[in-house]
Amino acid sequence: MLSFFLRRLLLLIPTFIGVSIVSFAFIRLLPGDPIMLMAGERGMSAERYLELQHQFGYDRPLVVQYLDYLWGVLQGDLGQSIVTKRPVLQEFFTLFPATLELSLCAITIAVAIGVPAGVLAAVKRGSFLDQAIMGTALVGYSMPIFWWGLLLIILFSGVLGWTPVSGRISLMFFFPPVTGFMLIDSLLSGQAGAFRSALSHLVLPSIVLATIPLAVIARQTRSAMLEVLSEDYVRTARAKGLPSRRVVGLHALRNALIPVITTIGLQVGVLLAGAILTETIFSWPGIGKWMVDSVFRRDYPVIQGGLLIIAGIIMLVNLLVDVLYGLVNPRIRHAR
Amino acid sequence: MSEAIEPVGDKARLDTPPSVLREFWHYFSENRGAVIGLTIFLLLVAAAIAAPLLAPYSPTGQFRDALLKPPIWQEGADPRFLLGTDAVGRDILSRLIYGARFSLFIGTVVVILALVTGVILGLVAGYFGGWLDTGIMRVMDVILAFPSLLLALVLVAILGPGLMNAMIAIALVLQPHFVRLTRAAVMSERGRDYVTAARVAGAGRLRLMFVTILPNCLAPLIVQATLSFSTAILDAAALGFLGMGAQPPTPEWGTMLAEAREFILRAWWVVTFPGLMILITVLAINLTGDGLRDALDPKLKRS
Repeated sequence: MLSFFLRRLLLLIPTFIGVSIVSFAFIRLLPGDPIMLMAGERGMSAERYLELQHQFGYDRPLVVQYLDYLWGVLQGDLGQSIVTKRPVLQEFFTLFPATLELSLCAITIAVAIGVPAGVLAAVKRGSFLDQAIMGTALVGYSMPIFWWGLLLIILFSGVLGWTPVSGRISLMFFFPPVTGFMLIDSLLSGQAGAFRSALSHLVLPSIVLATIPLAVIARQTRSAMLEVLSEDYVRTARAKGLPSRRVVGLHALRNALIPVITTIGLQVGVLLAGAILTETIFSWPGIGKWMVDSVFRRDYPVIQGGLLIIAGIIMLVNLLVDVLYGLVNPRIRHAR
Repeated sequence: MSEAIEPVGDKARLDTPPSVLREFWHYFSENRGAVIGLTIFLLLVAAAIAAPLLAPYSPTGQFRDALLKPPIWQEGADPRFLLGTDAVGRDILSRLIYGARFSLFIGTVVVILALVTGVILGLVAGYFGGWLDTGIMRVMDVILAFPSLLLALVLVAILGPGLMNAMIAIALVLQPHFVRLTRAAVMSERGRDYVTAARVAGAGRLRLMFVTILPNCLAPLIVQATLSFSTAILDAAALGFLGMGAQPPTPEWGTMLAEAREFILRAWWVVTFPGLMILITVLAINLTGDGLRDALDPKLKRS
């Protein structure tokens, strides 16, 4: 098992180097002169420009610059933001909990509804229920989520007035972040109504972010279940006279969930891409909005660092999913 | 001898299987959703082509006397505008009809770009193998390591906002899927007897790759192309919504949504209709794609 894990980890190294080269190259390809931007000085003289160029290390060969950058990355130094002057990594850690909280809520909703819906559709194959569930899933899968978010705002914030339009918590409440998770922090603060406020801010963005993963998980669960339900051991279990609930819930679902786990893991990329749109619509202060804002501010070090971190997260999660897959399915582990 | 064989030959001719197209349509039309999806898609294509005839007004013409008029069935509507007007008095229906042109154009261009480059790279990787294969696939891994929308967003920021650059960026992030599919298909076909036969018969490399092997890998590629078509439309609309795709006053649906955002609580129609069009288009294409997969994928085809 350990060698399986290590082999997979080794395979990630070339990809990670590629990712770092890409994000390093981007900063040099973006229009505008990073030195002018970083210095933020008007009427710069030619000598001053060269001095700054030297100070930032832009006068050295690209390969040297890249290796220097990579060395910094390995030590956790991703440079600092041009706008806020704070280290990129520090900014990331301040904002990441917001995205993590949102993503965890979204994936919980997606799994909690998607898996049972998929199982139900598979068991009642061909029925009206199956068609309704799969039809809804296809609509969810085709949904432009930025529009979906706006619709929910019109309905729940505009017409019904149930939920706030943006942010993570009402301005009435303030408490220092402990875990960075607003739901937990608001409880810890002990302020009346804080938790309610945090929850009401979280509901709509979570639904929006959950939509596509939910649809994908429901579809995947259904097809995995259908495959498993036609296998001999399921027929044997039925022939033994086991109640249908037990056959479906215990025998079939267990094996059907193996590919579903992979699908859930692959949703991390979908969630992070979805966070870009969801966080923009709901002014959610997470890394999706951070990246969009940085692109518009031309905050190169943040874009560069953010790309690298996000790609790193996705690669690591995919690795974990692979390993988990190997754990639950020994055939995979030994085949490779 | 020959007399004995001829009747058999005649019988075989009578029993010749239906043409490929007819067989395909047989399986495809079994899926009711797919037929509905295809119908809607064809209607959209027709609307896009006939936009100047169908649209009551110019998509950019501004009626200064009719700002933010609601759709016709609501109170305060202006009877000239069926679906109302936006904040600068442009007819929403006309903009939606012209918008179909952009979305279908985006989908077509992106899929062609991604398909052609992806298939060539996949063929090369799968056919030659070795370091070329490793190199190409590593680059694809790198592209796939980023969330596609984020990568497209940054690429557009580099290339400069605009529809053309958005299409290039989206094609680039969609292309790895085509490379992987083609490569996998080529690798499984490469060792087959018919390929060896063609090689022995003296077929050159290019002929082997494009004429002998490629047609046998087409089914999954067509399905992937359909899926990419809808993804392209969604991503382009998302980029337009973020202000990085088509620029105003282009009647692109995502861009229309971005312009409408500030009126969201005052004028629901400026937000609702463009998004609805995106949803309907993408849904129609995905329905068609599901039908195509059932009809084309031999593994899923009922025996």
